[in-house]
Amino acid sequence: MKKFLPWIILVALIIVVALLPKPLEISPTVSVIVTVLLGLALTGVLVMTMRGHLIGRRTVFLFIGASLTLPFFMNFQMPIKVAPEVQELYDAIAKLPPGSKVLAAFDYDPPSAPELQPQAEAFMAYAFKHDLKVIIMGLWPQGPQQADMAIQKVLQQPAIRAKNIKYGVDYVNLGFQSGNEFVIQRMGSSFRGMFPRDIYNTDCDKIPILNGVDNFSNIDFVFNLSSGYPGTVEWVQIAVDRYGVKLGAGNTAVQAPSVYPYLSSHKLTGLAGGMSGAWQFEQATGEPGVASTYVLPQTFSHMVVIGFIIIGNVALFVGYRKSRQEGV
Amino acid sequence: MDSAIIGTWLAALLTLGIMSFLYKDNLYYKICEAIFIGISAGLWFITYFWDSLYRIAWIGVVHEGRYVLLGGVVLGVMMLMRLFGKIGWIARWPLAFIVGATAGLKMMVYFTTNAMAQIHGTVNDTMAAFGGSGLYDVVGRIVILIGTVTGLVYFYFSKEHKGLFGGVAKVGTWFLMITFGASFGYTVMSRMSLLLGRIDFLLTDWLKLVK
Amino acid sequence: MKREIPLIITFVAGVAFVLQYFIPHYPFNRFENLFSDWFSIVGAFAIWLGALSLIKLCLLNISKKAHDWPISLLIIVCFLAIVVAGAIDGFNGLKNVPTTSFRDPGTNFDWLYQNVYTPLSATMFAILAFFVASASYRAFRARNTAATLLLLSAFFVMIGRVPIGDYLSAWLPPSWQLSQWANWLMAFPNTAGQRAVMIGIALGTVSTSLRIILGIERAHLEG
Repeated sequence: MKKFLPWIILVALIIVVALLPKPLEISPTVSVIVTVLLGLALTGVLVMTMRGHLIGRRTVFLFIGASLTLPFFMNFQMPIKVAPEVQELYDAIAKLPPGSKVLAAFDYDPPSAPELQPQAEAFMAYAFKHDLKVIIMGLWPQGPQQADMAIQKVLQQPAIRAKNIKYGVDYVNLGFQSGNEFVIQRMGSSFRGMFPRDIYNTDCDKIPILNGVDNFSNIDFVFNLSSGYPGTVEWVQIAVDRYGVKLGAGNTAVQAPSVYPYLSSHKLTGLAGGMSGAWQFEQATGEPGVASTYVLPQTFSHMVVIGFIIIGNVALFVGYRKSRQEGV
Repeated sequence: MDSAIIGTWLAALLTLGIMSFLYKDNLYYKICEAIFIGISAGLWFITYFWDSLYRIAWIGVVHEGRYVLLGGVVLGVMMLMRLFGKIGWIARWPLAFIVGATAGLKMMVYFTTNAMAQIHGTVNDTMAAFGGSGLYDVVGRIVILIGTVTGLVYFYFSKEHKGLFGGVAKVGTWFLMITFGASFGYTVMSRMSLLLGRIDFLLTDWLKLVK
Repeated sequence: MKREIPLIITFVAGVAFVLQYFIPHYPFNRFENLFSDWFSIVGAFAIWLGALSLIKLCLLNISKKAHDWPISLLIIVCFLAIVVAGAIDGFNGLKNVPTTSFRDPGTNFDWLYQNVYTPLSATMFAILAFFVASASYRAFRARNTAATLLLLSAFFVMIGRVPIGDYLSAWLPPSWQLSQWANWLMAFPNTAGQRAVMIGIALGTVSTSLRIILGIERAHLEG
């Protein structure tokens, strides 16, 4: 019986999910009850840990799963405050007059998409609505494809459909090029040296948006979405320091803390870091998207992790006190 | 059957296969892992072919007559000789080129951007602290100066960390701990965000439980 | 000559990029452009080397009927599936008028990317969230001053970067709420520590790069 328990649970789950009304939304009262129950469960874990019974890792996994899943069915709205570095990024983009040439470097892959794709969509929507001309490229092989996905989604918006955005005139996708920072270095002297053709193998000389765009001196702003190497660090080191471009970046939360020195030394003009940066950027640009729906689950998960850290340390200090009382 | 529906179900099953590792290592997870390895290798293989080898090398040599690019192609083919045991030593030449070029570029950019510009920024920040900004900025800029200097003192291992020097290094350790704590906090945020994306896919696109 | 020629190549390539940094004019910019183009091409072949090494290893496993050889067969099948799909879509795209990309929505490559590669790669990294939480519960202890500082810093960042931080500290003046603490922590103490690490790494990189260019460091020529 114990051997088949996981399968029984799985089948029961499938039946429950099949019978649930779709889409499912729980009332504020039930949401509060669920939150209180989660808090009580954490309290139970605290009591058990203080008594010396560390809960199993699978129980921890269940708590994380629940804290991320249940908020999707709740309807709490949480106010979003924009951090100074995200505001700086938005202000730099907002200052660009219509017709400005913006180079958008998509340097990330699907694992980083939850954090960076919303930023990409918010940026592309803003750019199209304000007549910024976007030149897309990527130092990661998956980058241009992620860019294309963002553009296809954004082009569905009625306000943008009405603008009749044209490939080659309003935006172009130059694709990916291998060479990491050497690509940036080469682009400093000539874009065509690294990108003689776009992603559709069209000669760049025949693409209207690229008329007069020879190198970085013809670019008004670079917006980089990065999740590692090569990424924002390389863009700062070469494009900003050597060729003097203005660079704003969206980074994954893993990378964001390490680029704050560039922000402080004014090499980087604005930074949207991680999921919080994504929803703040959506707020600042006025383009609410997927990141804004992740605020509640992200909050719950942070509280659960903080709860576990506190529980572990309370148990540590209770253990210290016990051993001192026992004279150890 | 609609390929979109098949695709969604396949994506969901592959997602659950990887997540099954959380219970324990199993054959379902191993199969998904093998698919991931094969697909990733193939994706990088074909992407680099079309985007780099075709667009730069083939078009450059055949359509634009830039025969100097053949040098890169020759080096690249030499790199592939690594697959053959006896003549694998030939791969050292293109490897030497890559290492040398990277060392040359990195040496300059790291020195200017990551060393000189950061020292310049620290000095500028300190001067600006006396320029009449609010308390938030003044205290912060002094903290940057102290933190940067003490952190650098900590990394100086040629002198024993004793006495005043040791005390300064200890302050540096504290600043580094604050930095690592901030990085840990952001890492937690990042990992939770990645998992959020997957859960969103399962609930919204697959099960359609969320609008 | 097996070792001397690679050392010369390393020196020439390294010096070319150092010189063009200071003299970005003819002929040094020509060398820089040429070497950058070569780097792109060689980089692509390096990725090919990695992929083909994997295939070679899998074929060896299959031929020796090693443990888990069906897994190796599955790896090869999946590799060939996406390579063939990408190749066919690419060649077909070149023949279309106007030309299309192998990545375009509707191609077999795109279908595999969206429905196989994306869920697998995303989930591989996503499950780390569970392990981070488990590690936080089991191992993250404030045993000394340094660990306590680390813990407090992580706490302020985690709670300050989500709206509940301001909700819980709403009774404080706006400039003293938890999100402001997180902003200050990231902008100043974090920047200080990151800057110290950055400068240290930069100086180490300069010395290592110089050693490589001058041929003192030869680890890359081993094997």
